[in-house]
Amino acid sequence: MSQIVQFFFSGLTLGSIYAVVALGFNLIYSTTGILNFAQGEFLMLGGMTAVTLARFTPIPVAVVGAVVIVTLCGGVLEILFFRRLRRPTVLQMIIITIGLSIVIREVALHVWDEKVRSLSYFTGNECSSVRVLGAGISPQVFWVLGTVALVVLLLHLFLHRSLVGRAMRACASNPEAAMLAGINTGRMRTLAFMLSAGIGALGGCVISPITMTQYDSGAGLAIKGFAAAMLGGLGRPMPGVLGGLLVGLAEAFSVYFGMPAAYKDATAFGILVAVLFVRPQGLFSSGELQAGAQER
Amino acid sequence: MKTLAKCALVLGLAAAMVSCRKKTSEVTGPPVGQPGKPIVIGALFAVTGPASFLGAPEKKTAEMIVDQINAAGGVNGRLIQLIVKDTGGSPEKCISFTRQLIDENKVCAIIGPSTSGETMGIKNICETAKVPLVSCAAAEVIVNPVAKYVFKTPQKDSQAATWIFRTMKTMGIKKIGIVSGNTGFGKAGKNQLEKLAPEMGIEVLASEVYDKRATDLTDVLAKLKAKNVQAVVNWSIVPAQSIVAKNMKQIGLNVPLFQSHGFGNIKYVEQAGEAAEGTLFPGGRLLVVGSLPNGHPQKAVLEAYKTEYEDRYHEAVSTFGGHAYDAINIVVNAIRKAGSDDRDKIRDAIENTKGFVGTGGVFNFSPEDHNGLTLDAFEMLTVKNGKFELYRP
Amino acid sequence: MNTGKTAAGILLLTLLAVAVQVGASVSGRDYYLTQLTMAAYTAAVVMGLSLLVGYTGQISLGHAGFVAIGAYTSAFLSTAPLAHASGTALGKSLLRFHVLASRPELYGDGTVVSLAPGLAFLAGLLLAGLVAVGIGYPALRLHGHYLAMATLGFGLIVYRLVLGTAFLGAADGISSVPPLPILPGVACTGEPGQRIANYYIAAGFTLMVLLFLLNLTDSRTGRALRAIHGSERAAAATGIDTAAYKLKVFVLSAILAAAAGGLLTFYRGSIGPSDAGAMKSVRYVAMVAAGGMASVWGALVVGFVLTFLSLRGCFGSFDDAVFGVVLIVIMSFTPEGPFGPLRTLVVRFRARRRPALANGESEKEIPRVVA
Repeated sequence: MSQIVQFFFSGLTLGSIYAVVALGFNLIYSTTGILNFAQGEFLMLGGMTAVTLARFTPIPVAVVGAVVIVTLCGGVLEILFFRRLRRPTVLQMIIITIGLSIVIREVALHVWDEKVRSLSYFTGNECSSVRVLGAGISPQVFWVLGTVALVVLLLHLFLHRSLVGRAMRACASNPEAAMLAGINTGRMRTLAFMLSAGIGALGGCVISPITMTQYDSGAGLAIKGFAAAMLGGLGRPMPGVLGGLLVGLAEAFSVYFGMPAAYKDATAFGILVAVLFVRPQGLFSSGELQAGAQER
Repeated sequence: MKTLAKCALVLGLAAAMVSCRKKTSEVTGPPVGQPGKPIVIGALFAVTGPASFLGAPEKKTAEMIVDQINAAGGVNGRLIQLIVKDTGGSPEKCISFTRQLIDENKVCAIIGPSTSGETMGIKNICETAKVPLVSCAAAEVIVNPVAKYVFKTPQKDSQAATWIFRTMKTMGIKKIGIVSGNTGFGKAGKNQLEKLAPEMGIEVLASEVYDKRATDLTDVLAKLKAKNVQAVVNWSIVPAQSIVAKNMKQIGLNVPLFQSHGFGNIKYVEQAGEAAEGTLFPGGRLLVVGSLPNGHPQKAVLEAYKTEYEDRYHEAVSTFGGHAYDAINIVVNAIRKAGSDDRDKIRDAIENTKGFVGTGGVFNFSPEDHNGLTLDAFEMLTVKNGKFELYRP
Repeated sequence: MNTGKTAAGILLLTLLAVAVQVGASVSGRDYYLTQLTMAAYTAAVVMGLSLLVGYTGQISLGHAGFVAIGAYTSAFLSTAPLAHASGTALGKSLLRFHVLASRPELYGDGTVVSLAPGLAFLAGLLLAGLVAVGIGYPALRLHGHYLAMATLGFGLIVYRLVLGTAFLGAADGISSVPPLPILPGVACTGEPGQRIANYYIAAGFTLMVLLFLLNLTDSRTGRALRAIHGSERAAAATGIDTAAYKLKVFVLSAILAAAAGGLLTFYRGSIGPSDAGAMKSVRYVAMVAAGGMASVWGALVVGFVLTFLSLRGCFGSFDDAVFGVVLIVIMSFTPEGPFGPLRTLVVRFRARRRPALANGESEKEIPRVVA
């Protein structure tokens, strides 16, 4: 029994990490139709910046500072590389975000270095764990899950209650109509990029004690985040979080059921491909495919 | 107008790329063509990319040593020119660069590469081209079977494994679990552990391989916990070796943790924090130079390397940089002894190197042994109060 | 595109290839041929991918997976020892008919018997083709981001499998791959003695791929592919079997990738998991984009030049960064490729010399490449 609980917790830990990544993807995708392959880099940047700031300031200040800095980065990237595109094709957008992800990674390598860094645990230390039914889980996982929950809640309130948030959703569902209604779609896009960069940075900070941060840790996280987002249905933040947890659990239990851990990562990609082939709209969606899946 | 601007952009990009050509490789030492033609040594390190934690300190060390030798007047009255190529850990580039170094730069010997996969890709090339290669990668297959021109400096995995098993015996441990990363280093270690365990009377209950970029390993460790292992051996590199230590404590798997000799950087201890306490691993003496007795043959070498490296680069020394230290010094000493930069003479001189005191141990090469280190190159180390210490049972 | 121009282009290229070799050999710089050979194989992969991405508009972020299938199949089958086979009567007759091949052990006295390299190579092509059909059939029903993700996922699965599988050498890959005999006395191998021959093998292979692709794009098939790129629905409405065409192109480019991967493996003598990595796939796409997407010539030139420079170590520690910058700059400023604006400039220049054309009109005359 305690073993199953332990595997469940492992899955939860992995899943919470993927959920953080998926959240940022979905936000940008739903507002701009861009699948941001550089989302993982925002997490890496957040973690790296926070670790650097933490040398001078207490951790909460460092985290806030990192989120602010990366948020601004997100905005600048959008203005520099996407605003000027008038009618970008999907191919063009994919390629630009991939290019960005590579360049950000290489810049990080030369700004920082190749070494692994990490923030210290927010509560307790490396050894502390919370015991449930004989199984242990690091308190940091609750920080991650709590952050995800808080962000989801705030995001929901923002998108559904505030005027700006509603305008953003309008851009998502019909950009032309939104423009006609007087919404500055360009500005909404920038905002979406900033928001998701900020969410990414925050995620990068809270997972840093668990996963540690290195200049090239973004791409791996991004890919897991894709699988999570795809499982939940692309462009839908809340199901994406669920998708993340499911991918994490699937990975953990694949080990439990005796699959060699060497192939553990293939599980996530297997899920990704299977979902795409069988149910591209995601598990939790009964409706039509989102705009991106249809011909543009 | 816009088209013109675009054209300018494209041409600018092309020009930028061509100008990159100047940065073909980083050269330490005098430019070719100066009086007293320099001796050219090639170096292949994974300075960037996934294996950069190996390549970066290796490159820094090799450059530092060459600078020192040149400042002291060089070898045989000639200066040394070190051509460092960054392979990025890619075997393809490594092969291409090897050919370049051999045919084009006419190097007299090559040090590196950093990883086992790359080394195996160029083992045959160096052998057929008759160029001495002193690898900084760990895997045993590099020198077994022995290739005439291929040497390596890191201690053998089998020796590290033997140390671990010996220590286990004194502790009365019989049943263990092995976890290893999916890198060349992890693979080589896992193979040796699994091979030697039965001979040492130790039973391997589970052996799992995980991704080198794994973010959390509690699932793999939970599997070991369920099998009631008496100890865990982890054979991997950063960041996983810190993650294993932390995750074990978190899930309450309170058995001794043995790590590989790849744990040899105090940074990794810092990252694992309190969880690293009590970790046991075989390591070179570089890490515990402070607690070596005064008369120890390696003490002077290690202290000098440690202070020089840390003064110059402001970062802690690691075992990996030490591999490059040994490699470049072995080559330079061979050149000194051979009295020329003839490839065959250098090879012979390397093979006849006896009693060279390096960071990894005292090297004694022979036609049968192209690693030259014995079991006593290692000490069993442990972590106490965040510092490395000699392990005394 | 008219055939005369194409023929002239190919002829020119062939002459150039010969000139480069002669130049290199005469000046004693034979060593350049090593990187040129490797770059030529990569260029072939890029050309095949440009057919898929550029002409048909179907992105593949997993092409390194197909390269790896070709490479690993060739390497594994030609090195896996079939020790007991040489003793049996069947084994002996298979050896005689060159189904199996024996070679001396590299660091020992014995001999190793494995499948003949030629057959191993063909098996790689077959496997890549089969996998491409299996993946392509469901994947090509997807569009845009979904297709990108599916192909990315496929590439990553291949990467994980080769990295996790012990008999494929896990992280170390497979080394000591034997030469692939092509003609008596000539083999695809990295031995310095065969360097010039191998340069021509690679150049010949790449030229053949070029010729084949140029013919294809100039045919009825090529027009159908461009129609699919323009609008799949419109293409389908005019009676083009879009699904079949897309699948054919996907399989074709996969087999080309596997062929180039296999030959490259025999040339290098080894293969490692990083050749299957996502970064490799991205590099291939980067080179297609930099070549102007729907341009086989562009793919050839850019694929060849960029790979050559990268293999020469020209980019130092900025190797990946260069490819990233190329992707961003080309895509955001000249999505029609770097040759687009240059061509425009040439056309405009010509128009200016022909006063019969008004300046304003010349703008419309510019042939735009579909982005």
